[in-house]
Amino acid sequence: MTNTSYVRTEMLPEKAPPLAQAGAVKWMRENLFSSIPNAILTLLALFFLYKALAGTLPWIFQSSMTADSLGGCRDAIKAAYGEDASGACWAVIRERYHQLLFGFYPSELYWRPILAFVLMLVAIAPVLYDTLPRRILWLTAVYPFLAFWLLWGGSVWLPISIILGFVIGGLAAVYLSNLLGTLGSTLAAILLPILWWMLLAGVFADAMQSILPIGIESVESAMFGGFMLSVTIGITGIALSLPIGIFLALGRQSNLLIIRSLCIGFIEFIRGVPLITLLFVASTLLNYFLPPGTNFDIILRVMIMVTLFASAYMAEVIRGGLAALPKGQYEAADALGLDYWKSMRLIIMPQALKIAIPSIVSNFIGLFKDTTLVSIIGLLDPIGLSNAIRADSNWNGIVWELYGFIALMFWVVCFSMSRYSMYLERKLQTGHS
Amino acid sequence: MRSDAGILPESASYHRSIGDCVLDLMVRNCPNLRALGISMRGTKTILAFGPKSSRKGTDHQEEVKMKKSVFLGALTVAGLAAGLASAGTMDDVKAKGFLQCGVSTGLVGFAAPDANGEWDGFDVSVCRAIAAAVLGDAKAVKFTPTTGKTRFTALASGEVDVLARNTTWTFSRDVDLKFTFIGVNYYDGQGFMVPKALGVASAKDLDGATVCIQTGTTTELNLADYFRANNIKYEPVPIETNAEAQQQYLAGACDVYTTDASGLAATRATFENPGDHVLLPEIISKEPLGPLVRHGDDQWADLVKWTLNALISAEELGVTSANLAEMSKAPGNNPEINRLLGTEGDLGSMLGLDKAWAARAIAAGGNYGEIFARNIGEATSIGLARGLNAQWANGGLIYSPPFR
Repeated sequence: MTNTSYVRTEMLPEKAPPLAQAGAVKWMRENLFSSIPNAILTLLALFFLYKALAGTLPWIFQSSMTADSLGGCRDAIKAAYGEDASGACWAVIRERYHQLLFGFYPSELYWRPILAFVLMLVAIAPVLYDTLPRRILWLTAVYPFLAFWLLWGGSVWLPISIILGFVIGGLAAVYLSNLLGTLGSTLAAILLPILWWMLLAGVFADAMQSILPIGIESVESAMFGGFMLSVTIGITGIALSLPIGIFLALGRQSNLLIIRSLCIGFIEFIRGVPLITLLFVASTLLNYFLPPGTNFDIILRVMIMVTLFASAYMAEVIRGGLAALPKGQYEAADALGLDYWKSMRLIIMPQALKIAIPSIVSNFIGLFKDTTLVSIIGLLDPIGLSNAIRADSNWNGIVWELYGFIALMFWVVCFSMSRYSMYLERKLQTGHS
Repeated sequence: MRSDAGILPESASYHRSIGDCVLDLMVRNCPNLRALGISMRGTKTILAFGPKSSRKGTDHQEEVKMKKSVFLGALTVAGLAAGLASAGTMDDVKAKGFLQCGVSTGLVGFAAPDANGEWDGFDVSVCRAIAAAVLGDAKAVKFTPTTGKTRFTALASGEVDVLARNTTWTFSRDVDLKFTFIGVNYYDGQGFMVPKALGVASAKDLDGATVCIQTGTTTELNLADYFRANNIKYEPVPIETNAEAQQQYLAGACDVYTTDASGLAATRATFENPGDHVLLPEIISKEPLGPLVRHGDDQWADLVKWTLNALISAEELGVTSANLAEMSKAPGNNPEINRLLGTEGDLGSMLGLDKAWAARAIAAGGNYGEIFARNIGEATSIGLARGLNAQWANGGLIYSPPFR
């Protein structure tokens, strides 16, 4: 027999790592209690977390969903949880959630804003995710008019006549360039649609409506409210402010004196006044300048003001992106022999926009939250409606439930935007990492 | 919230240049600004965007004209149209088929939308009565929610036909802002609410108290006047809305909450223990609240005024929504009831309406007393006593001139 009895012939089973070096304990030691000050901070944080949750959780869950007034809520909570209990009155949300979502939009037509919202998700999907079929982009192009028609209703020919204006502009840009040169065709592409909208679009829409009446029940702007109003204003502002902002940023860097001064003047003026001032101009001052009896829709006015406001900020954000781009990129584009628009489209903008993504999305989020300012000029957005709901003597005195619900809705939207921007940054990451 | 003056009434006595006009958003009747506004009439066809058709009935022909001319010659057309368009709110209302009524964005008991979006309340009832009188349909009202800051512009610019929004009748609003207050539908006054535990029995005991007060309102000015006149000190806690005031007051951020007495009662009614809070006996201001219309259209002002008077007279004469149908069938013994309900004489035609206009107005929501009892009276959770708002025969101030 060989004298190898001290040598093992079989492997020992692996032992679990020491308790302090594995699992939750290790994680806690490394992250929560790595040093004495850290341990103290951790305990303090836990204490405050406990205090906050101990205060809010019972309030959230010791609640009443079924009562039909604040007094009813209080009675129901007392009956269920004892004399001293106080809790949330979620019944107000149950009774009024449709109002917080849709305002005074006729309830039998709720499918229209819902459909518009779903279509919006479909329409922006190909913009957000480039793996989707490009054909959906056609829906994206038509979507603004479709949404306008779905939300406001009325004759289908009005949005169609507006689309025709863009078609005319596009055709002019493509087919008149041989005839009039680049500058001429650009001017024609701007002027022809404006002439069409001013002079012929209304006549065309009326004529087509009398020949072939297609339309859905129209809903006036006064019926708009709640979250739907915020989303409508917010999405319009977001969708329009990006392209306008890009053009303003390019205009600000232009060598053409008039364009540059106009862009700088616009941007600096708009950035120099608070949004609420512009909203007051939209709601009160414009009334004086417009002829009596003019019906220039208040929501449209607000949308224009919000878009102008957001565009000026967007222009500066994009200018930041342009400024961050090394000069070599511009020179490389020139060296390739690309003209101005091609170099912008193919070389400069993709890089500048990528740099600016976090700020752009911050702007979007800020814009979306700014839509609550319209409650100050009497539009019933969720904040305005919370006041109107409180004016119902059944619900007078309810504050936190309404604000909590509104905050939750805003958080969902803003958080989604924020996550998407982080996804986009990761996807477009081309640096060394 | 109710008596807030917005930013403007105290500041308006200068309409000299366009610059001044623009600064003072309230100014409607500023000659140069009006000229500027009118000179832009031609833009109507482009700016009248959206599915709503034009609201102005009388303007229709001008509008057709303008569609052809648009910018060219807009000035001349506008000059003509301006002369024609200024009169006849009643014709406008009849032509468009509904009344555009400015109300509060929400005030307990006075104006609030219910779960179905139907507006209801004490002020809203006035609008419904007017619509019933003019158009025969109490539902033919579109409500424009206005804030303390937008209400006067909305009326001055023609966005609303009548403003029924708890607006205090003051000299400067009536004279300087060029509105016509057509009467008073609620006599209010500023009061104080304190916790019972404070042991205060009179506002004069409030020396050194912290007071929750809404900024930019007449209540703020009244408070300063009152404390100065009585030579006592206070520390204001500025707040923005009534809801915020409730939270601050309940959290103990201030000892006293002051606003209109009706608002205090409505607020106290929402507390978990209303009995722990008392309203002090002092009422330190006069706040006559009433509907108002634009200066310069007396026919419309008459109609709104006498619609309100019809509601008040109906209570005085004992005409209620229960006996209205029977009383308006045939002339009864009381000639004034007969004249009111149109079974005798023809008061309606003097207003440009038919005989049964007042009967329709009363049918819309009952007489003044019924409207009061249903929206803010003692049986509701707000629980306001009639007090100053009782009929004159019962010691109140509610008084209608005779229907004769």
